[in-house]
Parts: sequence; structure tokens; C-alpha cells
Amino acid sequence: MKGFAKYYGKRLVWYLVTLVIAVFLNFMLPRLMPGDPISQLVSSAAAGVTDMNAYQKIVDQYTKEFGMDKPLIQQFFIYVGNLFKGNLGVSFAQYPKTVSTIIKESIGWTLALQIPAMIVGWILGNVLGAVAAYIRKGWDKAVLPFFLFISNTPAFGLALVFVTYLAVKAGWFPVGRGYGSQFAAPVASWEFVASVLKHYQLPFWTMVLISIGGQAIGMRSMSIYELNTDYVKYSRFLGIKDRKIVMYVFRNAMLPQITGLAMALGSSVGGNLVAESIYSYPGIGSQMLKAISARDYPTLSACTLMITIMVLIANVVVEFLYAVIDPRIKAAQQDG
Amino acid sequence: MKQILRNIFHSPRFVVGFVIFCIVLLLSFYPMISIFTPMEIVGSGFHAPGTYVNIKSTIQSRSEELKYVGAAGLANQFTAEELGKMQEWLVKYGGVDQTVVDEAAENDNAFLELWTSTYSDDVQYKATQAYKREIQKYNKQILRITATDTLEIGEGDSTITVKSNQFVNVKNISNKVTLPLGTDNFGADVLTKLTSAIGVSLKMGVMAGAIATAIGLTIGLLAGFLGGWVDNILTFFTNLFTVIPSFVILVLIANSISQAGRSPAMVSLIIGITAWPWTARSVRSQVISLRNRDHVNLSKLSGHSTARIIIQDVLPYILSYVIMALILQIGSGILGEAQLSMLGLGPSTTTTATLGLMMNWANTFSAAQNGQWWAFVPVVLAITLISYSMNLMNTGLDQVFNPQLRD
Repeated sequence: MKGFAKYYGKRLVWYLVTLVIAVFLNFMLPRLMPGDPISQLVSSAAAGVTDMNAYQKIVDQYTKEFGMDKPLIQQFFIYVGNLFKGNLGVSFAQYPKTVSTIIKESIGWTLALQIPAMIVGWILGNVLGAVAAYIRKGWDKAVLPFFLFISNTPAFGLALVFVTYLAVKAGWFPVGRGYGSQFAAPVASWEFVASVLKHYQLPFWTMVLISIGGQAIGMRSMSIYELNTDYVKYSRFLGIKDRKIVMYVFRNAMLPQITGLAMALGSSVGGNLVAESIYSYPGIGSQMLKAISARDYPTLSACTLMITIMVLIANVVVEFLYAVIDPRIKAAQQDG
Repeated sequence: MKQILRNIFHSPRFVVGFVIFCIVLLLSFYPMISIFTPMEIVGSGFHAPGTYVNIKSTIQSRSEELKYVGAAGLANQFTAEELGKMQEWLVKYGGVDQTVVDEAAENDNAFLELWTSTYSDDVQYKATQAYKREIQKYNKQILRITATDTLEIGEGDSTITVKSNQFVNVKNISNKVTLPLGTDNFGADVLTKLTSAIGVSLKMGVMAGAIATAIGLTIGLLAGFLGGWVDNILTFFTNLFTVIPSFVILVLIANSISQAGRSPAMVSLIIGITAWPWTARSVRSQVISLRNRDHVNLSKLSGHSTARIIIQDVLPYILSYVIMALILQIGSGILGEAQLSMLGLGPSTTTTATLGLMMNWANTFSAAQNGQWWAFVPVVLAITLISYSMNLMNTGLDQVFNPQLRD
């Protein structure tokens, strides 16, 4: 147990270092552009704010709070200090809303959409991959290639297609937004929940469909590899029922797929967030698009930071989960 | 070499992927034979796919002023009460001035013209359903009159009379435009624009993929072959950037570069320098397994320089892998461009279109919400086909080079 704790202690430290570097990059990259950062950052927001009074207020507040007149390294520490206080600045475009309010309002929507979609996609993908490896025939020749094709579609492309054909032309689903327009703001009522569920379907299934193919192809090759291993052959000689062997095979094949889940997270988060904005879903993705088009720098910076933190946390969770599920990994780490 | 190529082309997956890719590549040459240039404005706004004929060309006249004659006037078609109701509607719902309506009522032609130009089914009625239906009935009647009666076209004395039973053979219309995929929000021919965008996006993808592969290969080779602290540092950074989503770095960098600075080449460069970690990681693990092979040790003993050993004794063994990685990187480079463009951080250009920009334009002008599928479905399909064909070629090559994967 000691080696186990030591190993994961090390991993946690590594993730913390990664987080610090991610925060640093988030702070540094926009400031690398040539010219005076404050005038660049704030003047780029001029398009978003029409009221000159409000504009000057933002400039002053931003200069003061983020110490824009001080040297870069000092600015960074002020930035980190503000982060700990949950102060992410004031939105340029949605003045006088603070960025942390915007993030608070949208992060729940994104989590509620992306996490279930990722998990359901992973499960369906693994089932499809296992079936394709075991049964072959039509599953391997038609169903799997079909889902592979879908998984090569950008999520926002599939979203556009679904909006046209399933929402506008067929009228089966609402066109966009997270809930019906009869609600001004989220309320605690059954009607609201029903409306949310109705609006949830299209974004959810878009993301599920996209992720099935990639997971299935990994599961398929892992299953084929496992089906050809010695322990399977030996079990067959012993006369153990095929059904029982297959259960073991799929269990073993699925374990590396958990790493696949973490990989999918990092690589698909971008497309999924853009897809969110196609459905005008009130999540981080839509806020980010809004922030970019309004040149609302503080909001954009907060969005990218939140996305990074979410992906990092997901990676930690997956890594720990993996060790809990697969005893071999635990054993290997105890040795070392 | 010949044997390898033969093996590759015996893999069904690779062949299917290769054929799809070649078809898409061939399509990118269409702008050379198209009658339009990619950004040329052909029509005004969205037009559905089809063959279009200019209204002026069909009538071949200098003016479009239409006159309705015959049918012995409106008085024979409508009662005075009905005419009164129609005039009332024009004022109340059509937003036409009372004096204009009165003036038009004097002349049948003027009234017909005023009605046909004002009437719309979408008007919000503040009256009973019966009233709405009555008005709709009048409108149908007027449409019948204008459709069956003879038109007189022209200005001044030189008028031509066109009867409703006069036809023009479609073959004889000279100014005919076929738009297989319609026009986009700018009124440009989608097919020409799309095919030229495929070419630009492929070039961007190749550039981004080449940059990413070059960086990944260099880092992977150095880390894997040199080992020690070099490996530690490089692996640290590689792992770092595999965990921090490249999408975030991509957005941060692209957002920092001014609008004017984001040329297609610049965007490919940004995509390339954010996409290398996966390649570096796999190259490193491949190199580590090669590092202690006999021929490498022999080379070391012979006193060859590190650079020479890497190039002569290591690189050839991972070449097949690098090619596969490059193919995947090209595909994801094209996807990356589309993603950036959708966010409004794509290449800022008014002279060329990319697949991502086309989707962004379609989205900005709510083509999906208005059912104008031709503006984006072909684009989505093109991106998917390119990416899919790259993936098929990659798995095909994988099966050829790694025989244990064959089933």
C-alpha cells in the first residue's frame, strides 16, 4: 500500500505542477503579443462596450485589480492571488457582470452535458467494439465503419446537420438553447425540467454519436488481441464455456480503454464546445464563442482556464479509477 | 520497396481510403474549369441548388414594367364591397398610405401591382380567422387574374405584348446558370467555392501536419535516443501538453494574433506547433525499443556521430510509423482549422475560402436554422470524407507494417 500511495502522491504533485504551468500559459500567451498589454487588452474590448463611461471604468478597474502597470512577473502573482479569491475580473462585453458569475452560470450546463455524453459514448463504443470483434460479419463490415465515418465528422458539423434536418425540417427537437423561451431564467419546476430534457437531447446525442467510433475501434483491436492470447486458448482446451471466456476477454480488453476515455476527453473537448454554441446551449462553449466575437478578453481567458482545469481533473479521476479497477497496475506500482 | 507498395495496395482499407482521398483531391481541381471564380458573387444571397434563368433574359426586354390588360377590368371580378375591403386591408395591414391606395384604385393595373407587391401571407392579423381567409381568397383571385391575363411589357411606345400561352424553349435561353450546390450567403457558387476551399484546407492541413510531425519527430528522437536528463525534460513537456488540451493553447495563441496577422499560413503554423505531443510520445517509445538493438550498438562502437546514428540506424526503422502519424496529423490539421474558424479565429482572408470559414459563414448567417442545407452539408461532408480517408489509409498502413494486427 505504501508504494501505491507514494506513486499517486507523485502523480498528484505532477498534476499540480501541470496546473501551475497551465495557469501561467493562460496568463502569459495573450500577453506575448507585441505592444503595451493594457492598451491592447482593453482597447480590443472597445468594440464590446458602447458606453464611454463604462469603458473608462473598466479600464481603471482592470488596471487597478490586475496591476497592469506593474512588471509582468508581479502581474502574474496578482493574477494568481485574484484567482484564489475567485476574482476573474469584469466582463468587457456583459458589463457590469463579473466573469465569475458568467462562469458559474454556464459551467453546470457544460458539465451536465459533456460528462454524461462522454460516458454514454464510451460505453456504447466499447459494446460496439466488443460485438464487432466477437461476431464480425455485418457488425464489422457495416456498423463499425458507419460509426467510424460519423466519428470523423466534426461535432459542430454534425450539430449543424441535426439542426437543419431533425429540428427545423422534421420538427422533432427544439432548434436551440438550453430551455424553452417561456422561461426567463432557470426555475425549480417540473415544466422547466421537462423543457431542459427536451432541449438536452440533440446536443447530447451529437456528442455521443461522435465518440462511439473512436472508442469502438480501440476496443475491437484490444478484444481481437485478447481473443488470440494463450489464456483464452488454454481455457478453450479446458472446455470452459465460451460465454465465460468472453466475459474475461472483454473485461481485460476494456481496461486500456479507460485510458482511451481520458484521451477522448482532451481531444474532443474543443469540438464539443463549439457544437454547444451551434445549439446556443448556455454552457462554457457558447460563452467562449460570444467572448471571442465581442473581444471580451477576461471572459475568454476564464473559459480557457476552466476548460483546462476540468480536463486536468478528469485526467486525475481516470488515472485513479484505473488503478482501482485494474489490480495489475496496483501491483506494478507497489513493486516500484 | 515494390513489395511494400504491393502489400499496401492489397490492404482493402488503405485502397478505399486512398480512392476517397483521390476523389476529394480531384474535386479540388474543379475551380480551374468552373465558369466562376471561387469568391465571385453570382446571385444575391442564398439560392437553392438548381438551374437559374434571369427573369430579364426570358422576356428579353429593356424594362420589367408589367401591365395587365383585358378581362374587362377588376370591376367584373370583384364587387365594390370586396374592392373596398381590399383597399382597407392595404391601409391597415399593408402599411400603404390612404392617398396612394385611393390613387391606385383609379387604375386597374396600378391597383394590381400595388396589391401583388404589398400582400404577404405572414401578416399578423388582429382580426378574426374568417377575415384572414377572406383576404386570402381575394389574393388567390388576383393571382389568377395576373397569371392568365396577357402581360404588356415595355416603356413608352415600344411595348411588346407577351401572352400567357407564349413559351420559350429552355434550350434557347442563352443566359442560363446551373448551380449544382446553389449559392451561399454572399451569393457565390457553393460548388466552386467548396472545391477551392478543399484545396486551400488540404494545403493548410499538409503544412500543419508537416510542422507537427517534424517537431514531434525531433523531440521524440532526441528524448528516446539520448535518454537521461534530456529525456526527462522533453518527456515532461510532452506529457504536459498532452494533458493540457491543445484546443485551449490553440485558442489562446490564435486570439493573441491580430486579425490581420492570421493568414492561412499563420493559422497552419499555430495548429502545427500545438499538435505535436502525441507524435513525440509515440516516436519516443519506438526509439527506446530500438536504442539497444545490435546494429545501433555496432554503430556506436564504430564511433559514428550521434546525428549519423539517428539518421542512418534509427530513422529508417520508424519511417513507416512517421508516415502514418503524418497522415493522421494532416487530417486533424484540417479539423483544427475548421474548429478555429468556427470560433471566429480562423484565417482572416477575403480572397480565399477554407472549409472552416465556409462553415463559419453558413453558421453566422443561420443557414442551418433556415434549412439552407446546401451551404454547409457539402462542407461537412468534405471535411468528414478527408478525415475518414486519412484514417482508413492509416489503419491500412498499420495492418501492413504491423502484421500481428492482421486478422
